[in-house]
Amino acid sequence: MSVYKIHLTGVGGQGTIKMSTIIGEAAIKRGLNVVMSEVHGMAQRGGVVTTDLKIGDAHSPLIENGDADLVIGFEPAETLRSLPKVSEKTFVITNSARIVPFTVGLGLSEYPPVEQIISELKAKVKHLFVINAEELANKAGNIMSLNMVLLGAATAIPHFPIGKDEIIQAMKENLPPKTIEVNLKAFELGFKEVSG
Amino acid sequence: MNVFKILEAKENSKLFLLGNEAAVRGALESGVSVVSTYPGTPSSEIGNVFSKIAKAAHVYFEFSANEKVAVEVSAAAAASGLRSFAFMKHVGLNVAADSFMSVAYLGVNAGMVILTADDPSMYSSQNEQDNRIYARLANVPLIEPSSPQEVKEFMKYAFDISEQFHLPILFRTTTRVSHMRGVVETGKLVPPKEKGFFKKEPNKYVPVPQNSRRMHKELMEKMNKLAPLISESPLNKVFDFGNEIGVITSGGAFNYVMDVVKEYSLPVKILKLGFSHPFPEKLVLDFLGEVQKVVVVEEVEPIMEKEVLAIVGKYGLNNKIYGKLSGTMPRIYEYTPDIVKNGLFNTLGRKIEAKEILKPESAIPSRPPVLCPGCPHRATYYAVKDAIKELGLKDVIFPSDIGCYTLGIQKPYETADFLLSMGASIGTACGFAHATNQKVVAFIGDSTFFHAGLSALANAVHNEAKAVIVIMDNRTTAMTGRQPSLSEPVNGMGGEAPELSISDIAKAFGVKFVETVDPYNLHKTKEVFKRALQYDGLAVVITKHPCALITDAEKRKRNFWITFRINQDKCTRCMVCITDFACPSFFVAEDGSVHIDPLICDGCGVCTQVCPYNAIEVRR
Repeated sequence: MSVYKIHLTGVGGQGTIKMSTIIGEAAIKRGLNVVMSEVHGMAQRGGVVTTDLKIGDAHSPLIENGDADLVIGFEPAETLRSLPKVSEKTFVITNSARIVPFTVGLGLSEYPPVEQIISELKAKVKHLFVINAEELANKAGNIMSLNMVLLGAATAIPHFPIGKDEIIQAMKENLPPKTIEVNLKAFELGFKEVSG
Repeated sequence: MNVFKILEAKENSKLFLLGNEAAVRGALESGVSVVSTYPGTPSSEIGNVFSKIAKAAHVYFEFSANEKVAVEVSAAAAASGLRSFAFMKHVGLNVAADSFMSVAYLGVNAGMVILTADDPSMYSSQNEQDNRIYARLANVPLIEPSSPQEVKEFMKYAFDISEQFHLPILFRTTTRVSHMRGVVETGKLVPPKEKGFFKKEPNKYVPVPQNSRRMHKELMEKMNKLAPLISESPLNKVFDFGNEIGVITSGGAFNYVMDVVKEYSLPVKILKLGFSHPFPEKLVLDFLGEVQKVVVVEEVEPIMEKEVLAIVGKYGLNNKIYGKLSGTMPRIYEYTPDIVKNGLFNTLGRKIEAKEILKPESAIPSRPPVLCPGCPHRATYYAVKDAIKELGLKDVIFPSDIGCYTLGIQKPYETADFLLSMGASIGTACGFAHATNQKVVAFIGDSTFFHAGLSALANAVHNEAKAVIVIMDNRTTAMTGRQPSLSEPVNGMGGEAPELSISDIAKAFGVKFVETVDPYNLHKTKEVFKRALQYDGLAVVITKHPCALITDAEKRKRNFWITFRINQDKCTRCMVCITDFACPSFFVAEDGSVHIDPLICDGCGVCTQVCPYNAIEVRR
């Protein structure tokens, strides 16, 4: 099978690595090879966190520009920053709730209005899903389930190579038992956003 | 993932492991008994896993004071007949180098593996030195895995070779291998030996000159015996997709080569070297006989390229060798699939079709790593800057050190002016104190102080450096993931341990001005700094408050979480909280009003002391 390439981007603390790990473990359950890159280190919190996942016959986990099948942006400005990974074939899911870095308050950089970011994405991305994942996570019962909203949305994307059952099984194995109910609810809310 | 899976998974299970986690499993499948490290990214997760599972695995594990001690602990274990494993980030091997060089001379009685996690492109390091050179410098075998599965498999092989040839093995990963997650099929765990026995043989273990001259000869004999076997090692493999050109590669770079060759069906023969020192001369010679043009694809230094050129020269071959020296591959930084693609296409004489790359047009805010909300270092920096301002001091020099607090380099703190390496803040403070008439305020964390600050502080006392040394004791090794420091009453396996008092140490060294203060109390901290700055001599100020990530976890556990808000009736928008304190939970709304994001605020309350109008209050 050809290699399916997923690029995730967000801000430290949003749960990008947890979501990527769940996708990877679910891929193994489906009998697929998977490689993933993580960035650890200097930024405990607040910095940009990206992960790349390749599912199928791949050796290196890095995704080149224009080469992603799916981009999942946990934060609108970060989705825009990852635009170089996108081409005609790419599906993009973006959260619309923003996290403003302290550099903006200090006057060292600027954060454009969310509407401007979304309209630029709409103009450039052929397959775009804009989701207010923060709102849906709160609806599910906890803002911390934001990553599972986006996981639900990703699972509903056409050509996503892993089934819902395997993802849910991997979620159960990777999340604290007392949070499962809220997380599953968040997952379903995200799934419906894409599947309609 | 529950890290206990790494210990508990049965044979032939498939786990989704980081390269670092796979190293743990590999060591456990090798029957390792003693494991030691000092935390350093990209190797940190190896220690994080061992610290959780060591007790259950019957392995002795410690976070040593520094990498040199870690190598020494493991070397003694290996001399006592126990398999041992020391690991560290690349620059950690500089610290350990003195002992590492001697271990090569002395040799080992049981398998000993020293893992170095290199950091091409410097994701979390001060340089991108290529530690493959250390294998040449010390004359020890070098093993380079490319994937988590290989990390685990090669680890077992490394222990066997080490034991067979009585040599320590240098095991090199890079960030992209250590922090790559992949499918790892488990093998059988080998139970560790719990205790060894050290048989006294001073002539074998004490490198006084008469012994070390013999030892060097013995080392060369061992390596010469090993050298011809490398060409037959199963770690070195040919992948044959054609013979228009050849590629010699190793480590993480191999992954890019494979993906590019497969994706574009390139007629390339690949020689992958997993066991690359001693350099497998016969294998490479045979390879050069099959392909005329060879590209060497390796990250950072042109080490294998020079080895290949030496073989071409030695045998008078007419092969063309491409790599960094020929300008085919970039000389510095890590590789990517596109870089490797360019190198291979250029050598093959193929054209690369230009890709159209989408570029964002709207401004994107910069998002550098920041001190966390509630970080005690922010309070320390705020207080010290305030003290300097009140005293009207100019041109104060801030030597810094390695830890989260290096982020003091950022605006608005600007409290990091000079940095060399672990512990260097105090050593360079001594130099600045003698070389200039400027005030010197050095910053060092508790873990870094125990790593390499102790002897520098002794130096500052004895050589009478007039400086303020600020030891920022946040009760942990924060930046690498909160491993216990020697100032904490807990050891690497979660057991109780004696807590070392930094204040007592400074006093015992003869420092006359030693003050300990909680930086959350800004006023008191500022007053201490003012006195320290006016003190004519060496002053040590210990700012002691646990890392916010520790206190946050405790607050969550106790379900006691408050946050703060800004009373808009009192706020004058003076912006001091934003421009001087710069906590990431503060933001300015589009109408210019200042707010605290309750999702980011950790409730430390330090900002309430910063606001001149008492506008910050508990959110109800």
